[in-house]
Amino acid sequence: MTASPLLDVAGLNVRYGYVEAVRGISFSVAPGEILALIGANGAGKTSTLSALSGLTPATGRIAYRGTDISGLGAEKRSGLGIALTPEGRRVFPSLTVAENLLLGGAAHKGKHDPAAKREEMLSLFPILKERYHQRAGLLSGGEQQMLAIARSLMSAPDLLLLDEPSLGLAPQIVDQVFELIVKLNGTGLTILLVEQNASRALEIAHHALVLANGAVALSGKASDLLASPDIRAAYLSA
Amino acid sequence: MDLLLQHVINAVSLGGTYALLSLGLAIVFSIIGLINFAHGELMTAAGYTIFFMLAAGVSLPLAIVFAIVAVAILAMGIERVAFRPMRKADMTGLLITSFAMSMILQAFFQNAIGARPRAVAMPEALSGVVNLGSVHLGIIPLMSISITVVALVALNLFLKHTVMGITMRAAAEDIDVVRLLGLKAGRVVATSFAVSGVLAATAAFLWVAQRGSVDPLMGFVPVLKAFVATIVGGLGSLTGAVAGGMLLGIVEVLAQVVLPPSMVEFRDAFVLGFVILLLLVRPQGLLPAPTGRRS
Ligand SMILES: Nc1ncnc2c1ncn2[C@@H]1O[C@H](COP(=O)(O)OP(=O)(O)O)[C@@H](O)[C@H]1O
Ligand SMILES: [Mg+2]
Repeated sequence: MTASPLLDVAGLNVRYGYVEAVRGISFSVAPGEILALIGANGAGKTSTLSALSGLTPATGRIAYRGTDISGLGAEKRSGLGIALTPEGRRVFPSLTVAENLLLGGAAHKGKHDPAAKREEMLSLFPILKERYHQRAGLLSGGEQQMLAIARSLMSAPDLLLLDEPSLGLAPQIVDQVFELIVKLNGTGLTILLVEQNASRALEIAHHALVLANGAVALSGKASDLLASPDIRAAYLSA
Repeated sequence: MDLLLQHVINAVSLGGTYALLSLGLAIVFSIIGLINFAHGELMTAAGYTIFFMLAAGVSLPLAIVFAIVAVAILAMGIERVAFRPMRKADMTGLLITSFAMSMILQAFFQNAIGARPRAVAMPEALSGVVNLGSVHLGIIPLMSISITVVALVALNLFLKHTVMGITMRAAAEDIDVVRLLGLKAGRVVATSFAVSGVLAATAAFLWVAQRGSVDPLMGFVPVLKAFVATIVGGLGSLTGAVAGGMLLGIVEVLAQVVLPPSMVEFRDAFVLGFVILLLLVRPQGLLPAPTGRRS
């Protein structure tokens, strides 16, 4: 009865010189779900997302819609509908909000109408409309996070890789970010969510994966992980 | 009074030429973090292109356009053949590649064309002066300034109002994110080289018009100065490159004017001494590129 996975990862391995950051992990993401990827600092979460996006070289099999994409570069993967909103937001600080959004859609003109997509983003994120002609570097952390997500969405992705979207944000902005993730998922977007804020992530996720030292320590339904006292003690102490 | 105006015109004209050269260096540097020492040879190649075209009876404007296109293509060719295969190399490897490219091209010019300077036959009209009452202004420096202004405005429009221009500014800040957005980084790098080639060819024309000859080492000294200008302006910053180039031109003309005749031959030493003083006060340059591209 389970649909075939949107993303199927087998034996993913990332190393930086002698450091083995991700050690042969395997998992899959079903279409339409939120999969939370949690774990301590340095567990290999960012490396995993970066490898999936095609920025960081990795070995192992990455199948997207049943096709092996492990040989493709980041540009091609973006074209296939995989978008990464990287850790630390990484908006282009000297470019305006308008220019950041423009570049998000520039390579995907064949797929949809960029002007319509931009209007959609500005109504989803009204703050970006107010700041439209300001330099992105002048925005607050929360606004930059919204811009980074909107920029990713300009490519109309089917799979969104979100790396620590709530990092360093004020509590009420964190609430907004989580609400947004649920809302986006409600439109059918599949999301792979990396979060420090593990219990919040588990509350909105369907499934979850706990990474420790580059390996999968646990995986299962998010609600089960949230309910288990052992897991709470071991991984969700924050 | 008119002498002062002439000096000012000369200073801005020379500064503008340095500004075009340092912009070419800065654009490539801002995107791949490499100072392309073969930039001088792009300039030389443009000089020879203009020389041969004029010798063949082609009109000057056509010769300039041809040189610009040819050198833009040459710059992209160098990127493709020499730098792209070295993409994963460290900074030392890239620097050595750029020096090697520079020397290979110099040797090519020396062997294929000859080491002695060739006189470039500029049209008569360029050697004239404009008389405004008691003020006599050379056509060449006035033309230099106009061409520099047009080139700077055109580059600014390109960087602000075209998708490729905006992508180049973005790539200067974070080229990995550019790739994440599905934009082709290789094409951005190639375009930055093409733009640097266009700027080098434009500067080459101004240089040749001023000096009337071209030789295999023509590009070496001006690009060395342009390199100094990019450092003075703040490495990687485009407005800084323009400011640095202008400042260097002005200081150079000033030194030429105020130094006693017996010391004029040490002009460059004074200019570089000034640069050292400036960098002691502002080690990051005049208008540095924003740092901390990542949080
Ligand atoms: N560019 C890099 N070069 C070398 N080591 C790295 C690099 N990026 C991450 N690492 C190392 O890989 C491990 C995993 O890091 P990362 O994927 O960032 O973990 P997380 O996102 O879970 O905090 C850490 O030990 C980290 O120090
Ligand atoms: Mg991380």
